[in-house]
Amino acid sequence: MLGDIFNAEFIASSIRVAVPLALAGLGGTFSERSGVVNIGLEGIMLTGAFTSIAITNFFQNPWLGVLAAILVGILLGLIHAITSITFKANQIVSGVAINLFASGITIFLCWLLFNETQIMAKSSLPTWGLAIPNPGETSNWIRNMIIIFLHHSPLLYLTILIFILSHLVIFKTPFGLRLRSVGEYPQAADTMGVNITKIRYTAVLISGALAGLAGSFLSLEQAHFFVKEISGGRGFIALAAMIFGKWTPFGTAGAALLFGFGEALAMRLQGILAIPVQFINMFPYVLAILILVSTIGRAIPPAASGVPYEKESS
Amino acid sequence: MNKYRKIDYYTIFEALTPLIAVFFALLVGAIVIVLVGEDPLNVYKILFSNAISNRDGWGNVLFRATPLIFTGMAVAFAFRCGLFNIGGEGQVYVGAFLATWVGFTFTNLPSFILIPLCIFSAAAGGAFWAAVPGMLKAKTGVHEVIVTIMMNWIAFSLTFFLVLKYKAAATPDMVAAGVKQMIPHTEEIAQAARLPRLYTILKSMNIDFPSHNQINVSFFIAIGIAILAYYILWKTNLGYEIRAVGYNPLAAEYGGINVAKNIILAMVISGAFAGLVATNEVMGFKYRWRQELFTNLGFNGIAVALLGKNHPFGVVLAAILFGILNYGGAIVNIFTEGRIPREIIMVLQAVIVIFVVISDEIVKRFIRKRRKLA
Repeated sequence: MLGDIFNAEFIASSIRVAVPLALAGLGGTFSERSGVVNIGLEGIMLTGAFTSIAITNFFQNPWLGVLAAILVGILLGLIHAITSITFKANQIVSGVAINLFASGITIFLCWLLFNETQIMAKSSLPTWGLAIPNPGETSNWIRNMIIIFLHHSPLLYLTILIFILSHLVIFKTPFGLRLRSVGEYPQAADTMGVNITKIRYTAVLISGALAGLAGSFLSLEQAHFFVKEISGGRGFIALAAMIFGKWTPFGTAGAALLFGFGEALAMRLQGILAIPVQFINMFPYVLAILILVSTIGRAIPPAASGVPYEKESS
Repeated sequence: MNKYRKIDYYTIFEALTPLIAVFFALLVGAIVIVLVGEDPLNVYKILFSNAISNRDGWGNVLFRATPLIFTGMAVAFAFRCGLFNIGGEGQVYVGAFLATWVGFTFTNLPSFILIPLCIFSAAAGGAFWAAVPGMLKAKTGVHEVIVTIMMNWIAFSLTFFLVLKYKAAATPDMVAAGVKQMIPHTEEIAQAARLPRLYTILKSMNIDFPSHNQINVSFFIAIGIAILAYYILWKTNLGYEIRAVGYNPLAAEYGGINVAKNIILAMVISGAFAGLVATNEVMGFKYRWRQELFTNLGFNGIAVALLGKNHPFGVVLAAILFGILNYGGAIVNIFTEGRIPREIIMVLQAVIVIFVVISDEIVKRFIRKRRKLA
């Protein structure tokens, strides 16, 4: 029975489930590393999910849909940046407002443009990589490797690339150093001549773009439709992944894979296992709390995360 | 003398900033309505006149304001202690489920025991769910925001599990309406656990009031909670300590105040307020637990608290404004035959929140500058 559940298709589907969590979690990582908490990820994902389906159907071009989702994500990120960086408003409040706005605007536009709250995607991205060979054509091992690694949406390969680049940017470039210093100790960074506003804006816009992309993967590539509240808390699981990954790209990706595995498992095991699915769904959230309070391997957020920067003047 | 008057004038100005925010939000709403191709003045006229021009409208408005007073007070109370309780959502789910469970389990208790028991369970469920982040904050210093977010989703899954466990069959109305995929709900609570609707009371006083109106006794509980919160915060030692911790925890600690104790207590009281949403949605309205009853109430409570400047009086007013918008939005939806979907109200509420925080900051800067000049 185990072999039926943990086969190559299962691992591939876990990876697909993990992609939106990983991308949004990476967005959170950028934002919090710069000192801005972004709990609007959920809403940005939701809006991105809607936008990509709407634009895809309008132009019959899924690539435009993905691009539009990223742009809308940047736009919402900009709103978050303006309220929380320029106006120094409470970052949590701004994030909550973005989530409420997203819930409202997506259904509003659904009714207005499509007259229903579920829209099917009229076209989707091609699958890149190798075709899955028929069983027996090649060895099982090669077939499984192709299923797991080489038969996916282009966005999945893009995600892997983004993660490698993000790791390099955050830990190996001057920008990354500035980003981290602004999130840890902005006063010192300011003294060294780092433009805090600029760094924080950049980081929040990146987080918006990534959350928008996450949304488009969710609707366009995973579900093939948009439905009211399709994000269903994934933006918050992404935050949990970010915490569990200790605010690093690869850590976040690993946590997202773990949670994706859990979600895929929950879908598979519905009705088979004695543990109710709802308890598997709780897992990421419980884990996030545990890692925050545990004494060994405790996750400690960037020191200035959530605190608007006030220049000491006059 | 003159100087003091000026400060008063600024304080009033600061207190009125939410009005500026609401005005600008309505302006944004008007732009959206124009883009849809409707006349904004007409739409707003329909929205406000139906909501506040007659008793039925007011009943509907106050019915919708009631849960927001509870969740708004929950956020405002915690905020006075410097805590951001964005876990209202989860506290509502848990409190409401506990109250419903008591309501449909102890069916042979008399009303005068069962109603207080249900109310107590609602508050206790919410309080328990808020105590966890409170304790973690007090003992380990983990930020309450992240824990309350996670607790929301744990509550979401937990109550979903429980509602499946105690699932009841579809009602005859639902079968008649041909609902195929039933959203799970529990059994109805006992007759003895239900709060009376306002019309039954008004009828006994010979006041004319439509019997379909859902406003119930819970509204008065909500007002009572607002008064209680005011009393606790400004008339008791506990309130003084809670506010001291909110202003400056280090100074409070130095002054001999037990910061950890006050953080936990503030969260517990805040969660209890949120849990009491069940008195309106379950005990006074649907008589069962249904998830959709509670969606976004906790988050809208944040908006209400902000708009009400975290003051009980302001929270009640802000909740009533949101009640008007919610009920008026539904009416507009019907009047325009769906050309203005009711979700425009959710957008408006989000825009109000953004404008409140922005105008707050602008006014603060403006006053600071003026004071420096003076």
